[in-house]
Amino acid sequence: MEKDIVISLTDISKAFDGETVLDHINLEIHDKEFVTFLGPSGCGKTTTLRIIGGFETPDTGDVYFDGKRINDTPPYERQVNTVFQRYALFPHLNVYENIAFGLRLKKTPEETVREKVQEMLALVNLKGFERRRVTTLSGGQQQRVAIARALVNHPKVLLLDEPLGALDLKLRKDMQNELKRIQRQMGITFIYVTHDQEEALSMSDTIVVMAEGKIQQIGTPVDIYNEPENAFVADFIGESNILDGMMLSDYKVKFSGHIFDCVDTGFERRELVDIVVRPEDVDVVSKDTGMLTGTVTSVTFKGDYYEIIVDVGGFKWMLETSDFVGVDEVIGLDIEPEAIHVMKKSEYSGKFGDYSTFSDEMDHLGDIIDEEDEE
Amino acid sequence: MRKKSFFQKAAAVPHIMWVIMFIAAPMLFVLYFALTDAEGKFSFSNIAELSKYGNVFILSIAFALIATVICLLIGYPLAYFMSRQSERAQKILMVLVMLPMWCNLLIRTYALMALLDNGGLLNSLLVKLGLDKVSIVGTNFGVILGMVYDFLPYMVLPIFTSMTKLDKRYIEASHDLGCNNWQTMTKVIMPLTVSGVISGITMVFVPSISTFYISQKLGAGKIDLVGDTIERLFQNTSTYGVGAAMSLIMMILILISVGIMNRFSDDEDKTVKRGGIR
Repeated sequence: MEKDIVISLTDISKAFDGETVLDHINLEIHDKEFVTFLGPSGCGKTTTLRIIGGFETPDTGDVYFDGKRINDTPPYERQVNTVFQRYALFPHLNVYENIAFGLRLKKTPEETVREKVQEMLALVNLKGFERRRVTTLSGGQQQRVAIARALVNHPKVLLLDEPLGALDLKLRKDMQNELKRIQRQMGITFIYVTHDQEEALSMSDTIVVMAEGKIQQIGTPVDIYNEPENAFVADFIGESNILDGMMLSDYKVKFSGHIFDCVDTGFERRELVDIVVRPEDVDVVSKDTGMLTGTVTSVTFKGDYYEIIVDVGGFKWMLETSDFVGVDEVIGLDIEPEAIHVMKKSEYSGKFGDYSTFSDEMDHLGDIIDEEDEE
Repeated sequence: MRKKSFFQKAAAVPHIMWVIMFIAAPMLFVLYFALTDAEGKFSFSNIAELSKYGNVFILSIAFALIATVICLLIGYPLAYFMSRQSERAQKILMVLVMLPMWCNLLIRTYALMALLDNGGLLNSLLVKLGLDKVSIVGTNFGVILGMVYDFLPYMVLPIFTSMTKLDKRYIEASHDLGCNNWQTMTKVIMPLTVSGVISGITMVFVPSISTFYISQKLGAGKIDLVGDTIERLFQNTSTYGVGAAMSLIMMILILISVGIMNRFSDDEDKTVKRGGIR
């Protein structure tokens, strides 16, 4: 086993009332790493976190911490602390006592308690809030207290369960930066659960994409975005045009009735594949020079770019362009070889397709879905 | 604010009539009889008369306190146990706790006598086993047992309610921060269920201090509490006033104790403001 692995999960499965929530998960988490479990509601990310925290026991498989099996270690004997989804601050204690809670249990001398609590309050920018009741704090402030309460115990690993879910967008951005800063400053492993892909991409060292109780892909944010392993990952992370294609030979792929140069090798001849092209990687050109031609069906102004939907032989592409084009205009599309990503067919092939049913509204609705029913 | 319609006002009339006739008026009668002498003149003579009954008051308070403490010691763990069961099991246990309350207090007390009496079930069983009889009826223990038996549900139910309202995440958070099960109990669950404990204490203490039936039956007439004394005083017209005075003092005592209990639950909030529990 590698030296800097803090937590490893081997063959973890878990079912609730006969329904499989985790399906043979294998995972290694390195020291001082910022790892994010990313996936839609019900994908098993929170359950994985709760197994690491000790609040759930896996049906099969083992949990190792620093090389020691901890399946049967109760939460209070584990060197991990948790920031809970809606904070779970103790309402009968004030800010100071909430943060001091863990230290008091260890019979820390009063002097040290005061010192460490002050240090934590400074870390989370809450100086002067010692005597406040936690119920009088705003969501963002409660969030900071929850982080301080967990970090004051100097855990080796901090678990964060959608900690920013209840905050508004602006505050969420600020807290993302702050969490990243705290993680670097303290040199602690963070395991972070979210369904927000943007949050995952901007904060993590490693992202674990999960769906239906399985790990879909593990990688750095750049890897995950640029080299999605299957149609699910491609669809879930960022916007993607996912098409059916066929590998003709190395470096040659056919889709949308056109043969493209690409950078992928190692597929069978005439193997059916999934093709991913990111909206920002397609160049809009005149209809005579384009590799593909299509009709613009909608244009949405997004500030620094336009998001356009183009109908190419019945398949609706999403493109991002800074040039204005009008609805019903016929345009040409150019795709560089590097922009074409070829994936093996998977169980998710065909589930995610074009943007014919796409609307902004749907996207936002998906974000709001509460994760509470997960487990 | 919108004016209340005639109908809305009319709907309250029966209730107001009820309150006046059956609550306010009797209380005024008590006040009147307590503070007048035989000729109907204002006087404190009845109150002064009460000094004879000082030990009765002390005994009543002591019995009620002991019964309340025992109910708390039994009821709190029971409520905790119940709250940890599955929803189905909770419903069944709830019915078991409530079941005695479906039966009239007098009948329940008689049933307890039938069990504990000299010739009762318990003693005949002991005799059969070749053991000595125990005398429970007619002792202090018997009376307290009766109070605990009759009023335990009033302790369990409010505590159980506050336990089920307690968010499970607080318990997880306390485990996460290093509390073992016992520390979670004392540092998180107990402080967060104080309100249930306080209503439980009030609901047991108040009927215990004013009961007369339990002490008459299970005390076999040997133990005289405030309730018994009031009953006896009212049975004789010449001591009507003293009985009324005693009732008045009783009401004041109960009001004071309820007031003290409420202060406790207020204090809970104030401790938080001051700096919490150390």
